[in-house]
Amino acid sequence: MSTTLDRPADWKAPQDAGPVDGAPLASVIPAEAERRLAEAWEDSPGLRGWFGTVDHKKIGIRYIITAFVFLTIGGVEALVMRLQLAQPNNNLLNPEQYNQLFSMHGVTMIFLYALPILSGFSNYLWPLMLGSRDMAYPRLNALSFWLYVVSGIFLYVSFPLGAAPNDGWFNYVPNGSAEYDPGPNIDVYCLGMIFLGISTAVGSANFVVTLLRMRAPGMSLNRVPIIIWGTLTASAANLLAIPAVSLACLMLWFDRNFGTHFYDIGGGGQPLLWQHLFWMFGHPWVYAVVLPAMGMVSDGLPVHCRRPLVGYTLVAMATVTTMVVGFGVWLHHMFATGLPSLALSFFSAASFVIAIPSAISVFAWIATIWTGRARLTVPFLFFTSVILLFVIGGVSGVMTASLALDWQLTDTYFIVAHLHYVLIGINLFAVVGAVYHWFPKMTGRMMNERLGYWVFGLMFGGFNVAFLPMHLLGLEGMPRRVYTYGADMGFGTTNLVVTVGAITFAGGIGLFFLSILLARLSGRPAGPNPWDGPSLEWSIPSPPPAYNFAVIPLIASRHPLWEDRLLAEDQPHSRLAEGYLLDEGKETLGVTPLDAEPDVILKMPGDSILPVLLSVSLLPLFGGMLLLKPWFAAAGAAAAFAILIAWFWPHPVLQREEQARMYV
Amino acid sequence: MLCLIATEGILFVYLIFSYGYLASQSRGPFVPDGAPSLDIALPATIALLVSSATAEWSKRSARSGNLARSQLALACTIVLGAIFVVMSGIEWAHKPFAFTDTAYSSIYFLLTGTHLTHVLVGLLALGVLLALSLGGRVKAGHDQHRTLVTLYWHFVDAIWLFVFATIYLSPRLT
Repeated sequence: MSTTLDRPADWKAPQDAGPVDGAPLASVIPAEAERRLAEAWEDSPGLRGWFGTVDHKKIGIRYIITAFVFLTIGGVEALVMRLQLAQPNNNLLNPEQYNQLFSMHGVTMIFLYALPILSGFSNYLWPLMLGSRDMAYPRLNALSFWLYVVSGIFLYVSFPLGAAPNDGWFNYVPNGSAEYDPGPNIDVYCLGMIFLGISTAVGSANFVVTLLRMRAPGMSLNRVPIIIWGTLTASAANLLAIPAVSLACLMLWFDRNFGTHFYDIGGGGQPLLWQHLFWMFGHPWVYAVVLPAMGMVSDGLPVHCRRPLVGYTLVAMATVTTMVVGFGVWLHHMFATGLPSLALSFFSAASFVIAIPSAISVFAWIATIWTGRARLTVPFLFFTSVILLFVIGGVSGVMTASLALDWQLTDTYFIVAHLHYVLIGINLFAVVGAVYHWFPKMTGRMMNERLGYWVFGLMFGGFNVAFLPMHLLGLEGMPRRVYTYGADMGFGTTNLVVTVGAITFAGGIGLFFLSILLARLSGRPAGPNPWDGPSLEWSIPSPPPAYNFAVIPLIASRHPLWEDRLLAEDQPHSRLAEGYLLDEGKETLGVTPLDAEPDVILKMPGDSILPVLLSVSLLPLFGGMLLLKPWFAAAGAAAAFAILIAWFWPHPVLQREEQARMYV
Repeated sequence: MLCLIATEGILFVYLIFSYGYLASQSRGPFVPDGAPSLDIALPATIALLVSSATAEWSKRSARSGNLARSQLALACTIVLGAIFVVMSGIEWAHKPFAFTDTAYSSIYFLLTGTHLTHVLVGLLALGVLLALSLGGRVKAGHDQHRTLVTLYWHFVDAIWLFVFATIYLSPRLT
């Protein structure tokens, strides 16, 4: 099997390079090779395979399901709060319960739902869209998932004990200091955030390397789908932003438990240092939870408009620009903290700038619908509603970038309305659209269209009834984070409307989960490409086999499946059934970072229990820190170290990779 | 690994930012008793920098097939790194202030402590690599482990220069 075949004469890599040594090109795949591929890539049977799987498709779907579980929990928390606020002077909840509810609602939705759900989709879709057999580091991928689950449990175990974080998802100091907030609540927050940060960081590193090294030959950077740009940008931002919040949390933990003076004004510390560090992380993070979702719209919407996305390059550049500007405007969360006015003016102006790249994406989507031939499918409705909600959320965002308005509106329900329009509008609506769009690929079954219209109607209607009036409440001066309000303040009727809207919205989501279940059980078969999509994931069966692609395809354009209608006959076409056949064990192809020239045959690791063990070993480490039991923590650290040695233990099969070329 | 280094590197950027922020907002003198002495820090810094050279020497010896020399250079690296740890410990023990005294003492111990933790992790990794090498598990051709560990060690050493400049040099500028 080591003979080297020539590549097809009419297919050209961006800069033509010779094939990788020992990698055979195949045009007709022998059944024997497919059998061997399946054998190499299938997981072990039983529990070992279930816990040990490193298959990006399984990890991606588990990510999505887990994130939906947290969405449900966070949603129930929101509904309980809405019931409390439905009428004035209500006493369903006491203030402390309300504090814990809104804190856990924020932490859950932002950290345990919004980013993980996008990681789930990216995990599932990346290798399929890039024409690869897996992510660059499959075991790291599994680790990222298990860390997410274990740290989520760590955060939530505190809830039934009445010790859940109770100072908001931003946890401002000195409210969060031991003096004002004794008890373990904030320590759970600090340690949980550090714990969860590890998961996000390792996942992000995996995405960056996967993009650079795991694309199909010929898929240069200007041929990858936009969601790849979105997740890449978000991942790079995560790597640079997460240490800020981890550090802030570590310093707060020291302040609270050991009496250091990072934030304590008495010993020369600065409470505002918390806000700086938190928003240096928090602001880019806002974009990290929307850019991949915007990528889903950019890739999904054109399929239902039956034409390529307008302005691909501009949209890709706008994605990156948004994040670059996003790193520079953290101060606009701190307009009301008494900073020097020159700094405020500068950051206010910079915040306006961010409207430009956002507008580019919006105009590109509108132009795509305008010039396409749209089908009114359920994903189309969801993707289109993203545009509308994004515009409303964007406009209220521009309003709060203005200093004078922000001083009036900050900490009122106007901000609550704005952030829900942005986060639910761009994240959740895009995600539900994406589920309808990619569910057939994941399961091989279609979701019910008529039920889908009902889901859309309830969600879209309920959402606007719930959150549009909140703008009014904010303008009238209703503060956020208060557990009740007086009957004479005039907020009663509007709040009742908001609560009715919230319940309707929740009903839509409930129906959505039900329709997923129904489709899983009895949806009609989908076939490989039910929407007539142009990208690589639609070229293989639904659901895809464990090895994804029998041969690693050769790519010649941005829309490999639409080339018959977009390209002239004499232009080079992609080869999807003809490419590198790598079937000597679990292996895939690595390419050069920029041009995607074939470079190296990568030996991939099989299923492994180590990611689960490593994640669980961090539980005594963080638990020991929480309970201030050093020996408990040390035992966890020692176990983690031992597992890491096993992780990096020299493996004769994996070592083969470095004979071709190694990368770090 | 480069991604890990990026994220760990930025952690130090935020730590140094915190140091600068606390210093800039301080009402009285931030550093008690003037700039810290270089008597221990300078030799410790030299030991750490030399250890980077020996780590590189070890990697290159292995690449050229000289496993024995590579192991020797690796042992030298570990000894030099350990010297740095011991000297840092001595410096800590001689400080007239404790972790919880002031904002300066808190950020001083956190910044040097975070770096020291990275040095210890690096030493553990170097130790495992040496053990695997002596045990015949990592042979001359096995480049991956050596490259990873050496890269991490260079990172730990390079970042020390920034920590050193922040703690020891910046107070001398005013």
